Amino acid sequence: MTAIPRSTPRVLPGLSLGLGISILFVTLIVLLPISGLLWQLAQLTPADYVRVMSSERVLTALRVTLTAAAAATLINGVFGLMLAWVLTRYRFAGRGLIDALVDLPFALPTAVAGIALVSLYDRSGWLGSILDKFGLQVAYTWWGIMIAMIFTSIPFAVRAIQPAIEELDPDEEAAALTLGANGVQRFLRVVLRPLMPSILTGVGLSFVRSMGEFGAVIFIAGNLPYKTEIASLLILIRLDEFDYPAAAAIAGTLLLLSVILLVAINLAQTRMQRYLRTEG
Amino acid sequence: MTRFILIALSLLFLGLMVILPVIAIFHRAFADGFGAYRAAILDPETLAAIRLTVIATLLVLPLNVIFGVAAAWAIARFRFVGRRVLLILIEIPFAVSPIVAGLCFLLIYGAYGPVGALLEPYGVQLMFNLTGIVLVSAFVTCPFVMREVLPVLMVTGEDEELAAVTLGANGWQIFRHVVLPNISWGLAYGVVLTMARAMGEFGAVSVVAGAIRGQTMTLPLQIELMYNDYNATGAFAAATVLTALALVTLVLRGVLNRFGPKREAHA
Repeated sequence: MTAIPRSTPRVLPGLSLGLGISILFVTLIVLLPISGLLWQLAQLTPADYVRVMSSERVLTALRVTLTAAAAATLINGVFGLMLAWVLTRYRFAGRGLIDALVDLPFALPTAVAGIALVSLYDRSGWLGSILDKFGLQVAYTWWGIMIAMIFTSIPFAVRAIQPAIEELDPDEEAAALTLGANGVQRFLRVVLRPLMPSILTGVGLSFVRSMGEFGAVIFIAGNLPYKTEIASLLILIRLDEFDYPAAAAIAGTLLLLSVILLVAINLAQTRMQRYLRTEG
Repeated sequence: MTRFILIALSLLFLGLMVILPVIAIFHRAFADGFGAYRAAILDPETLAAIRLTVIATLLVLPLNVIFGVAAAWAIARFRFVGRRVLLILIEIPFAVSPIVAGLCFLLIYGAYGPVGALLEPYGVQLMFNLTGIVLVSAFVTCPFVMREVLPVLMVTGEDEELAAVTLGANGWQIFRHVVLPNISWGLAYGVVLTMARAMGEFGAVSVVAGAIRGQTMTLPLQIELMYNDYNATGAFAAATVLTALALVTLVLRGVLNRFGPKREAHA
């Protein structure tokens, strides 16, 4: 890699040092490990891959992971938008504290979150004992997995939407009001539409995070094969059995899904922003 | 009216989903009294786990700071072939889930991996020990410092640095007296994020640590072990340590936001 001179010759020092350190680090810490996975995957024949992925246990784990992540993402989309709105638009006592606490799930180690959630939703826990009276069980079921995913990914939804609300012009909402738009119309056309790109980013990040979440989920999941086993755990189990090809196949699938999602979000966001801008 | 409903619903959601679990941690940790809590914290295995976690974090931190500042400098101040690729590579760890990350390291640096097998004849083992823990922690925290320093460098521009060059400053002097004071807030925040994440990483570390009691048990792994051993007080007592660190992280973030220069908000 060589520097391409711009209009002025570069007089600042440190390109070779900065670039050298960066390339060394990225190669050892990011590039080689990822290629380790790809290398393992390359040794699988397509038939091997299909055999691993089509087993009932893997399919169930993927279904459990993806449906719980989707449900958690839906809830985070709604509550993330609401929290972002409340934190940006309203001034009330304790707003700063609430704003800071939104980041708590991000700062709290996932294993800590995991044991906290299970102790809360367990039949003897504060919330679990109440739910138990209504015959509802959250801990060690699909619902518990979803709750843990909501917990770990809510900051991603809020923080993606918040800056976009800050940029909304309250005058436009007022204008819509004077033009006779009702509450629903104002919300859909004046508020929700310009926020769509950032909402999409928020829920996308939330879904990717939920899909790969491990620490927070495994304590509350129950981890019963064919029932409440998530994909990440199945990778770990295959690894403990030294079945590296199977572990790599499941991991590669998860990784591919995340990458496709992130790229898709990026593309959709750019397109939407362009569309919204041309619309005026 | 809408205002009150929305605020009330937000508070309810956050209270139930985020605040209550944290209260539950402290409640369970002190359920058997302060004496039991004290004994649990002073348990030799827990102390060993705390020590290992601190050591691993202190090893990851300089790696990440040097890399983050170097990468941010190169990307902010120079145009080179592969600049965008470098940016994407640095962001990759965000897209990789913890277990997948751990697996990647095992597959390349483990005894059966291409690089691991290469080193094995020399008696060098990278996985299932402190090195492995440090390597995966460096992976999961990879973008944190760079992401905080880059925008600051972009905003401050290079005029002051160019002035220093014309005044005859050498590279180190420019860095020490011009760049470092400018990026200090961003760098501080990146360090806080890196520390918090490195101390709490669970999934990726559990794949490569090998879980040898008293040897490669980081604090999050020790919490899992005690929890599965039905040692609830021990697990929750250890959890209070990490929770306190998380709360300190949030406070530091608040302080940096309030007293530091204005930063772009980001997820």
